[in-house]
Amino acid sequence: MVQRRSLLDIVPHFILALGVIIIAFPVYIAFVASTWDAATISNGQMPLWPGPHFLENYYRTIFIGTAKTTREPVGIMMLNSFVMAMCIAIGKIAISLISAFAVVYFRFPFRMAAFWTIFITLMLPVEVRIYPTYKIVADLRLLDTYAGLTIPLIASATATLLFRQFFMTVPDELVEASRIDGAGPMKFFVDTLVPLSITSVAAMFVIQFIYGWNQYLWPLLITTSDNMQTIVIGIKKMIVTQDALTEWQIAMATAVLAMLPPVIVVVAMQKLFVKGLTETEK
Amino acid sequence: MNNVHLRKVGKIYAGGVEALRDIAFDIPDGAFCVLVGPSGCGKSTLLRMVAGLETITSGEISIGDRAVNDLDPSERDIAMVFQNYALYPHMSVYDNMAYGLRNRKTPKPEIEARVQEAARILEIGHLLDRKPRQLSGGQRQRVAMGRAIVRKPRVFLFDEPLSNLDAKLRIQMRVEIKKLQRTLGITSIYVTHDQLEAMTLADMLVVMNKGNIEQVGPPLQLYERPETVFVAGFIGAPPMNLIELPEGGVAGLALENRPVAPVIVGIRPEHFELAPVGTPAPLGISMQITAIEMVGAETYLYGALDGRGREVIVRVAGKAEQQIGERVTAVAERHNLHFFDPATGRRLAVS
Amino acid sequence: MEKRVTFNGRLLPYMLLAPQLLITLVFFYWPAGQAVWQSFLIEDAFGLSTQFVWFENYQILLSKPDYYRTLAITLTFSALVAFLSLSLALLLAVQADKHIKFASGYKTMLIWPYAVAPAIAGVLWLFMFQPSLGLVSHAIRALGVDWNPVLNPDHAFTLVVMAATWKKIAYNFLFFLAGLQAIPKSVIEASAIDGASPMRRFWTITFPLLSPTTFFLLVVNVVYVFFETFGIIDATTGGGPAKATQTLVYKVYHDGKLGADLGGSAAQSVILMLIVIGLTAIQFRYVEKKVQY
Repeated sequence: MVQRRSLLDIVPHFILALGVIIIAFPVYIAFVASTWDAATISNGQMPLWPGPHFLENYYRTIFIGTAKTTREPVGIMMLNSFVMAMCIAIGKIAISLISAFAVVYFRFPFRMAAFWTIFITLMLPVEVRIYPTYKIVADLRLLDTYAGLTIPLIASATATLLFRQFFMTVPDELVEASRIDGAGPMKFFVDTLVPLSITSVAAMFVIQFIYGWNQYLWPLLITTSDNMQTIVIGIKKMIVTQDALTEWQIAMATAVLAMLPPVIVVVAMQKLFVKGLTETEK
Repeated sequence: MNNVHLRKVGKIYAGGVEALRDIAFDIPDGAFCVLVGPSGCGKSTLLRMVAGLETITSGEISIGDRAVNDLDPSERDIAMVFQNYALYPHMSVYDNMAYGLRNRKTPKPEIEARVQEAARILEIGHLLDRKPRQLSGGQRQRVAMGRAIVRKPRVFLFDEPLSNLDAKLRIQMRVEIKKLQRTLGITSIYVTHDQLEAMTLADMLVVMNKGNIEQVGPPLQLYERPETVFVAGFIGAPPMNLIELPEGGVAGLALENRPVAPVIVGIRPEHFELAPVGTPAPLGISMQITAIEMVGAETYLYGALDGRGREVIVRVAGKAEQQIGERVTAVAERHNLHFFDPATGRRLAVS
Repeated sequence: MEKRVTFNGRLLPYMLLAPQLLITLVFFYWPAGQAVWQSFLIEDAFGLSTQFVWFENYQILLSKPDYYRTLAITLTFSALVAFLSLSLALLLAVQADKHIKFASGYKTMLIWPYAVAPAIAGVLWLFMFQPSLGLVSHAIRALGVDWNPVLNPDHAFTLVVMAATWKKIAYNFLFFLAGLQAIPKSVIEASAIDGASPMRRFWTITFPLLSPTTFFLLVVNVVYVFFETFGIIDATTGGGPAKATQTLVYKVYHDGKLGADLGGSAAQSVILMLIVIGLTAIQFRYVEKKVQY
């Protein structure tokens, strides 16, 4: 690296600090709003520092919900989001692991056809087939169920590609050693391949958990009953155009709660997150 | 009886490439057989066919008088040490060794006893809880050997197991493998491209080239009586001098009773002796020195016959007083000369 | 690239693939096929009979100025978000790539918005710019601008662009940083020895070497604006006012929700499908090129 005098380091520090502040500002404001009462916010004079209503607001948000709009406590919504995110992440990882295993470690007729069938789904995001997919889920009577919420989303070309890529780097000799040690294909998969894939699986989990938690359009279509709402859908329903009805302190507490799990996952598992992101997208 | 028979074994890959042709030899019970040859000669393929990792296109392989052609690797009662060791990276040393036994439903106390015994023999008892990545290259090598030993197989298979070690460790492990094999008395097949390793380890040496067997026999026999030009050039370092003599002979080389037909004459560097010009001998050469290699106990003189033509290597004991550019004469005894047919490459019986 | 060593098994590989294939066929291919089929049909006003009309739905769709307006909005939106978030992310990544203290701390503080749902990002920005009580709205009003994204189309569009840009900086930053770290330090050092100033070094060495990453991100950002900003728009403006923030995807959703024109809605979906296929193809050519390096 080209070394510079440390006086010049002030410039990058300044730019980065500014970036961090701008990035964090909207979230900070949301947090501040979640600690004031409705009156302080709605008269437009909310201060830039936290207020005294933190516990009260969050208690109400989690266990009671808004008085006027959604009615459902946000705790339930978080539970729904969590179940959805976990089902999607685990489901995607499970079916992609076995698909990649089949494609990499076996030779059989239509192998490449199967691979391309999975691969081409990259070009069919839910946004381009909204209503026909909705109709199928409706026909299967899966509306307002966890199954309808998650199963259509757990096919994953990216996860399959990532695992395929990783399996290709596993030395052939490990398969041979396993065969000599008397392990069949499934035993090799369970005893050796999956334990070796653990970092890739964890990286994939981070990415897919966030993907699942942040789903918006699909749950918007599939869920109608209040007790199936996810938190990301719920918050939208709290904000209505008639300002008088919107309880901003509750909405902002909900926003903070909606961000918390995925942000914690990203920050706590930063290395895995970066690995998962950069490797799946290439 | 854990002998290995190969009968007319052939291998043709799906693309039509013929990797092995008519391979046939027997390895007696308890023998240490080394397959040696340049890379691409088919030696690893042959080993993997014995292991059951490659299919056999034609012929038959049997272990202990049981044909194994259609048996899975795990049913052949063999153990293999891979070039890159192929240790399971996520398992401890103990589990690496125990895995195959567990898959065979060996009782727990028996597994424990066998692993401890192998660990004792290989002096890796203190490493049993470690993961492979925490081990040095030599230690990994020992674990790979341990994984083979605990199985008490009929046959050990080694696929260039020392090529990932540094030179010093390689010599040390070579000695240990030999000792271990003697002690356990298990029939072994060992693949290497290093002829020195092959010579020192083998009871029985199989030299292979381009999918064919060139010669099978004890190492010394191959050294003293190579049946083909290829074996003559492959076994021994530095290699045997192989000089092609056309009908008219070559300048700088005098051979008594020279055959009339073209012939290749072979003579090892260590069988030359420097002599004054004009000394009568069955074979005499005159060459100009182009390079001198002193390795301590001996010196190799590189030269060209009569100042041009083929390069010849002459070994001299101790240090050499000669200078580069100097012209020397060297002679050799009749019984140290080898004759080969230039057309077939086979040994000629020349009296 | 293929494995040399494989297992034998006739039925097993099909069983392993079955769950994934079943889901893709039922929930991906079947509905996509339905969309294509429906785009060729017109239903009468009572939903009693349908008629096969070839490309009439497309003709109707493409004869409406409304559709072109939505297309223009989507393209402008893409261009603005891609330009803004790529340049800001590059600026930050270049700073974070320097050997300064707390570099990894800055990195952590800059990447977390990746985890924020687009809809939540929309809500955060809506709150700041809400006309009657938003903090930033007050500041803007104090400057004499009559700020009102609820009523003013330009203001609404600005708000959506800001929220979408904010959300994507983290992602772009991460990839730019990875791209910068992949550039061999010796190349930069060589150019320093050649006497290039830091600014010149960046534009003549670093930026060209970074171009594969930039191109990749450009495509990803366009895909993002086309498809993933749905949540931002739905949470902040609902496509309004006067459809000023309505993207192609939002239009499909919105038109379909009214449920009147199945064939027209399907035709819109099919056009979107073609756009994704086009963008993915561009991305593949990039991947191929990269493999050749």
